[in-house]
Amino acid sequence: MGEDPRDKSSIQPGRSAVIAPGHTFATVTDKISSIVLTRRTPLFWFVPFLIASGLLMVFLAAVGYLFARGVGIWGIRVPVMWGWAITNFVWWIGIGHAGTLISAILLLLRQSWRNSINRFAEAMTLFAVACAGMFPLLHLGRPWLFYWLFPYPNSMGVQPQFRSPLVWDVFAVSTYATVSAMFWFVGLIPDLATLRDRARNRWARATYGILAMGWRGAASHWQKYETASLLLAGLATPLVLSVHTVVSFDFTVAIVPGWHSTIFPPYFVAGAIYSGFAMVLVLAIPLRAMYGLEDLITMRHLDNMAKVMLATGQIVAYSYLFEAFIAWYSGNTYEMFAIWNRMTGPYAPTYWLLIFCNLVFPQLLWLKKIRTNIVWLFVMSLDVLLGMWLERYVIVVVSLHRDFLPSSWGIYSPTIWDVATFVGTIGLFFFLFFLFIRSMPMISIFEVRTLLPQAEVTEGIEK
Amino acid sequence: MSQIFYPSTNTFSRLSIFGGIFIVAFLVWAWAELNESTYATRAKVPIQQPVPFSHEHHVGGLGIDCRYCHTSVENSSFANIPPTKTCMNCHSQIWNRAPMLEPVRESFRNDSSIRWIRVHDLPDYVYFNHSIHVAKGVGCTTCHGQVNKMPLMWQENSLQMSWCLDCHRHPERFVRPRSQVFSVNWQPPPNQVDMGRKLVKEYNIQSLTSCSTCHR
Repeated sequence: MGEDPRDKSSIQPGRSAVIAPGHTFATVTDKISSIVLTRRTPLFWFVPFLIASGLLMVFLAAVGYLFARGVGIWGIRVPVMWGWAITNFVWWIGIGHAGTLISAILLLLRQSWRNSINRFAEAMTLFAVACAGMFPLLHLGRPWLFYWLFPYPNSMGVQPQFRSPLVWDVFAVSTYATVSAMFWFVGLIPDLATLRDRARNRWARATYGILAMGWRGAASHWQKYETASLLLAGLATPLVLSVHTVVSFDFTVAIVPGWHSTIFPPYFVAGAIYSGFAMVLVLAIPLRAMYGLEDLITMRHLDNMAKVMLATGQIVAYSYLFEAFIAWYSGNTYEMFAIWNRMTGPYAPTYWLLIFCNLVFPQLLWLKKIRTNIVWLFVMSLDVLLGMWLERYVIVVVSLHRDFLPSSWGIYSPTIWDVATFVGTIGLFFFLFFLFIRSMPMISIFEVRTLLPQAEVTEGIEK
Repeated sequence: MSQIFYPSTNTFSRLSIFGGIFIVAFLVWAWAELNESTYATRAKVPIQQPVPFSHEHHVGGLGIDCRYCHTSVENSSFANIPPTKTCMNCHSQIWNRAPMLEPVRESFRNDSSIRWIRVHDLPDYVYFNHSIHVAKGVGCTTCHGQVNKMPLMWQENSLQMSWCLDCHRHPERFVRPRSQVFSVNWQPPPNQVDMGRKLVKEYNIQSLTSCSTCHR
């Protein structure tokens, strides 16, 4: 490489490059692998990790108490039997969707900018699904019998009710978790081999070596790798749409006003990607600042993700407006009441806060100034995460608390254990995430290398 | 840097993937088998009682009807464990000095109960009613086995839910004419299913399989 790579950099005028100029294959590898292998573990890793561990302890305590006393420790009472648990489930599983969209759909669409964010976004997916999966299981009442959810030859002579979307959910989420884990692991193999080759510690070499599964970087390996990753991307792509569609069926198949709506599947998928990209930004913005990765996760990435947020946010906004419109247009007393109760009932503040967080405030993303300002983007992402949580809360709680029969109306309020369980899963999420960034390359080394100008293949031209 | 793994590791790792699948499958299978084994269900295990009462002798040998002791089986959920006085009807006259029967006489003298060990113990969350089963043509031996061949009582069947549902889903395979309900030697005839279908109609037997039939 005699020439300066900057000469060939593919910067378009007015647009920042996917990765900053000046990198070579070696510097990319050095930079990413050194975070795991050679650099001292920084203080800004330890502090959040300890906080997350503390929250994880809160989670374990809350779950321990739940096992001892049952779901009555939560605020769920007739008629609101779903409460925070299902709100949190939908929220977490939605967050996972961005990772799959980035890793699978953007791969198939050849959006090369995804290469610097797909690794940790996929990890985010896995950990979010792990957090999501906790809630329906803990909500079962006897969580230790969770395996009853699966059809297996049992001594009871009964099988799950396949006409229930709750059973579809079990399959949707477990398929999603399996495919995401496989996709993530297959994508890690070449990088694990890099770490194996660079690690000096004996145990690290052996561990990465076992995980790298004998990867030697041979052409045949790469050929198999490409096939496998395309196949897995093909498998994961429909999951981006199907998982949250099935989750929305949990609601729409029921006849409760506020749930029984055909708009839910696309609206849930858009909402999932919306909150998922918000979470990717919440993770990416501090990470790139702390580890000095601004040259790999550039403003262009943040800008693109903000645009995805803006687009999905508009779909969500459209759904909110049409939910209200259709309720009025249907002329159905209960539908109209459900919406009116959302807007003016006892939970009206949560509804209006949700409208502000998801619909009004994110309109600022139309401005490039906001999209390229990391502080604004960070605040905006937190705002969207809050808004999407509120959306699920409004759907679950406000629809259930007043349905057809006024005699069975009630008011729901969470208990300290609801809060502890939810905050606890945030702890679990960050606990896993910080372990991940400490032990695995958080950015895909070999995929970022393909973004370098040196990696460009020009066919048939002799220099 | 030296090699950390030898080429043979490739073979080993491939084996471990397939082996892992088989080990998991084996564990699942073994667990399922264990759950249905007589070890877990306690079926076919003779239970030691304070007095070694023999159904083989009393029912098979002497031909005493089930209802002589289990008096309420036709009109109550509970078939009844006979009181000591029922034993003493005969044993005040015959074998009235047998040392084996001393606990029975002691119970009679002190007006205290014999602590029989329950052989067929359904979980508390299951509602079961003897009278309806007997009235609809389910024989004693269909569930309890041929007690006339049991020197000591044992649980003949698993009492697992799938076993209950076998009959609730297909009553025609198990019902018998009402006149044969208390017959201990009755065997299903070759045309059981045809006869069963007729009886199901005649006795108006409903195939009740909703959860709340048993879990009330």
